[in-house]
Amino acid sequence: MKIKDLTVRFGAFTAVDSVTLEVPPGRIVGLVGESGSGKSSLAKAVSGLVPYSGSITGASRVQMVFQDPYASLDPRMKIGESVAEGLLRLPGQARVAEVARLLDLVSLPAEVAGRYPRELSGGQRQRVAIARALGAEPDLLVADEITSALDVSVQGSVLNLVRSLRDRLGLPILFISHNLAVVRYVCDEVAVMHGGRIVEHGPTLEVVSEPADPYTRMLLESVPRLRR
Amino acid sequence: MLRTPSAIAGTVLVGLMVVLAVIGPPIWGDQADLIDAGAILQGSSAAHPLGTDNLGRDLLARVLVAGRFSLLLALAAALIGAVAGVVLGALPSVLPTRLARLVTGAVNALVAFPGLLLAMFTAVVAGLGARGAVLGIGVAIAPGFARLTQTLAASVAGADYVSAARMLGVPRRRILVRHVLPNIAEPLILNLTQALGGALLGLAGMSFLGLGVQPPSYDWGRLLFDGFGRIYVTPVVAIGPAVAVALAGIGFNLLGDTLARRAARTTVPGKKATTSVAADTDKPDEGAVLEVKDLTVTFPGGVTPVRQLSLSVRPGEIVGVVGESGSGKSLTAAAIGGLVPYPGTVGYGRLRLCGKDVTELSRKELGTSLAMVFQDPMASLNPALKVGGQLAEVAVVHQGATRAEARGRAVDRLGHVHLPEPDKQAKKHPHELSGGMRQRAVIAMGLMGTPRLIIADEPTTALDVTVQRQILRLLREVTEETGSAALFISHDIAVVGELCDRVVVMYAGRVVEELPVDRLATGAAHPYTRALITSLPDMDTDRTLPLASIPGRQPGPAEVGDGCAFAPRCALATDRCSTERPLLSVYGDAHQVACWEAK
Ligand code: SF4
Repeated sequence: MKIKDLTVRFGAFTAVDSVTLEVPPGRIVGLVGESGSGKSSLAKAVSGLVPYSGSITGASRVQMVFQDPYASLDPRMKIGESVAEGLLRLPGQARVAEVARLLDLVSLPAEVAGRYPRELSGGQRQRVAIARALGAEPDLLVADEITSALDVSVQGSVLNLVRSLRDRLGLPILFISHNLAVVRYVCDEVAVMHGGRIVEHGPTLEVVSEPADPYTRMLLESVPRLRR
Repeated sequence: MLRTPSAIAGTVLVGLMVVLAVIGPPIWGDQADLIDAGAILQGSSAAHPLGTDNLGRDLLARVLVAGRFSLLLALAAALIGAVAGVVLGALPSVLPTRLARLVTGAVNALVAFPGLLLAMFTAVVAGLGARGAVLGIGVAIAPGFARLTQTLAASVAGADYVSAARMLGVPRRRILVRHVLPNIAEPLILNLTQALGGALLGLAGMSFLGLGVQPPSYDWGRLLFDGFGRIYVTPVVAIGPAVAVALAGIGFNLLGDTLARRAARTTVPGKKATTSVAADTDKPDEGAVLEVKDLTVTFPGGVTPVRQLSLSVRPGEIVGVVGESGSGKSLTAAAIGGLVPYPGTVGYGRLRLCGKDVTELSRKELGTSLAMVFQDPMASLNPALKVGGQLAEVAVVHQGATRAEARGRAVDRLGHVHLPEPDKQAKKHPHELSGGMRQRAVIAMGLMGTPRLIIADEPTTALDVTVQRQILRLLREVTEETGSAALFISHDIAVVGELCDRVVVMYAGRVVEELPVDRLATGAAHPYTRALITSLPDMDTDRTLPLASIPGRQPGPAEVGDGCAFAPRCALATDRCSTERPLLSVYGDAHQVACWEAK
């Protein structure tokens, strides 16, 4: 997927200011920044949820996974029905089989299909949301702060899943997060956004160990660290 | 909730009306239609308590019989209004933009139109009689329903699950039927109950104006209409139907109100019931700023989110309480601050602040010696008041300062927490400040007194990392300067590790480990603490290995069993762990652990 000169405006406010960014196949590109940096607006533009100017190519079937797995699943629908919503093209029997396959892909037992979201943990719900997105056979997955509403103890399993999806499916992923430690762990490349622009972009380890932009440096210094 | 007088009254009234509608006509039907030429237009008598009409029919019987018809008409009108309203309200979400705007505009115009006029107009057009009146009232009810549906639908339409469905290419009609309507059904049904009351009154009004039910049929409104001409001679003939209409109307409205309130399930902050759990045997620690022993928070139904928790904070110390969602850490903070919401009850063996039992502290002492900072600064700030005024209020109320002194101190405190141009900020409303600045203002508010203890519950969770860093630094600075202690509650073990001197780890309502912060990263002894630390990615995590995580989930506050609550997720668990609970015991210097396998 290639983004070129993408601009998102809300009235007089420019949330994303002519951003150019590429997510190559089989790569996870991290997008970090603070609130108001424009990273969420960029994600929404790529997902077709807000109008924009500029061009996005190579991403015709974008799916997005949202931050809060408690809000992104309809509380009155069974898990199986939610996952099946992206599979309306398939006939009934094939749809059931596909739901089971997708749940397996995110390491959830097939019996989860008959349960309601409230019966699952936050991490399991987030897997369901990922399975639902995968059902639409996306050519780009946008993950918007997908672990920031989760407890640390289950976050790891979701992050491992994201990495394994890249490895097994070669799926390009735009991974948005405010948490630099998470981005460092998951992403191959990282782009730092500030004031609607990308101020730095490069291979993750390079950006993290030798930040070129002063804003990136400040972000890195602010990461809370356990004194080891 | 069904205990309030209005709820009982509503339920009883509606129940009576339903019973009346069922049994009225079969029991009193014949009597109501019995024409008695000898008893025309009588007033109250033993045979006819409410008098008779111009054909000598008994009016009490007629009122009782008319209940069924009146209620059925009201039900029909309310249903027509509700169905029409829901359709009108939901249409814009499936129509093309232009048409949608047209429908919305029409609804807005109709909402502004007086309902009774709308009803009368429709009734006249549709023809006199019951049908016209029902249609008229239905039409009058519809716009309100349409508006409600629109508002509710708009909030659901903004939900993430609707966005997700849209991205999956689910058609709009299906989104409406599968996602939007089921999730707004509850408030709509509640509104229907209230609309029933309205329809009943409206229909009575229509009949009373002669626009409604025509003879020989009759409903309460019609009876009222017939009786009204005689009201100066024999008032009793109008009272029967009037009372019936009023009671039914009130009943439905009260019941609707009750149901709505029940559905909202708001937790009303109430008085906390304080009970002593265990007798206070050993001597209190006079030096501690805060001493908590055997603190328990219980909710009805065996839900116990905090279980026999003990901790103490010494002067100048910052103690971190870390735990995941559902560990009981925030309720611990709330219990210490006396803020546990109704119907929770707090029990403790000892709860002492600044060397005194909290029950001995006056409101004023509590207000100046304890400062609380929450995740959402807006919880502590009144959005309608200017920041400076709110801070000054503290000094006026608790310290008896004059207005001018208080203002001066407020500006000084705002400067103290590094708000740029404090005198200017003091004149602003909370919403004009950024999240980080608001949190500073709340801290400044705590500093208006001379706090001995600051309780900060996730104060930086909603903030950006760079702002978080500043607030953490500020908290450190404030405690060092004022010598006050702090209890810092957080889900983020890295933040706790950076700020605090001592760390208390909570799991399923209990303290499982308490240790000095420098042992946290490498010296933790409890399997849960260790697992938390290994599952936390940091700037040195090995990217080639999968990230650790803890399988399963924390038991809920009603599910905690006899043994170690962590046993189902613990790699070291033995048989003993699931039956016998390990107590917190000394593990090393200032280090305590509750685990059978920690040696
Ligand atoms: S007591 Fe047993 S189950 Fe509990 S943490 Fe220790 S080893 Fe694990």
